[in-house]
Amino acid sequence: MSNEEIDNAKELLKQAVTPVQGTELRRDLWPQMLRKLEEQPLPIHHVPWFDWALASLAIAALLFFPGIIPALFYHL
Amino acid sequence: MELLERFAAGDLEAFEVLFRQHQKEVYAWIVRIARDTGIAEDLTVETFWRIYKHRTGFKPDGNFRAWARRIATNAALDHLRHARRETTLPENLPSAPRPDGAVGRETGDSIRRAFQELPAKYRLVATLALVEEESYADIAQAAGISESLVKVRVFRAVRMLRKKLNSLRPEVIAK
Repeated sequence: MSNEEIDNAKELLKQAVTPVQGTELRRDLWPQMLRKLEEQPLPIHHVPWFDWALASLAIAALLFFPGIIPALFYHL
Repeated sequence: MELLERFAAGDLEAFEVLFRQHQKEVYAWIVRIARDTGIAEDLTVETFWRIYKHRTGFKPDGNFRAWARRIATNAALDHLRHARRETTLPENLPSAPRPDGAVGRETGDSIRRAFQELPAKYRLVATLALVEEESYADIAQAAGISESLVKVRVFRAVRMLRKKLNSLRPEVIAK
């Protein structure tokens, strides 16, 4: 496909879907932002899923191989 | 402490300052994609909510404007994905006057319908590149893809449009 074809498509498209004008924001959105923050509070301590996975693995290791506990204490 | 550092540390006042500094620009970017003022306002708030949510991932020495624009683009893209089959292109926005040789109403409807049916990621780049005439570099940065991928998506979008229009109104393409 040539650039000419792209330009033709652009011209055709712009006749049906005209560029937006007057894109300025007409009101302050901060009050709406505050409402959203109140409605959907963020988790205070967001822990990524892989941290949970690592913690689970560590607990499973301690449960199934209790022999590693002394070694763990030694290294701590 | 600098504003961006305070924001990254979760300071709500710093976030408010950044919000007020950037809300107009974020809105102006989103409204070009969503093409609806009400939806663009909601998406602007959604964008800043995501920004605040992921503030710990922001490096204070980074470019907040570019980061915000990328998040805004993703929010708008998510909207296009979900709204694609439910809505039609809104016409309530102030737009540039149609040129003298503008297509007829029926043909215009066919083009809009074909455009509406494009997959979201192609509609995003087609809107920005072909309608709003944003540079490929800006689109690439905002969408988090390479310039060459933007070009590929524009080409594919045009090809899909031609195909759809061929099936809807063959005489449009024949011109």
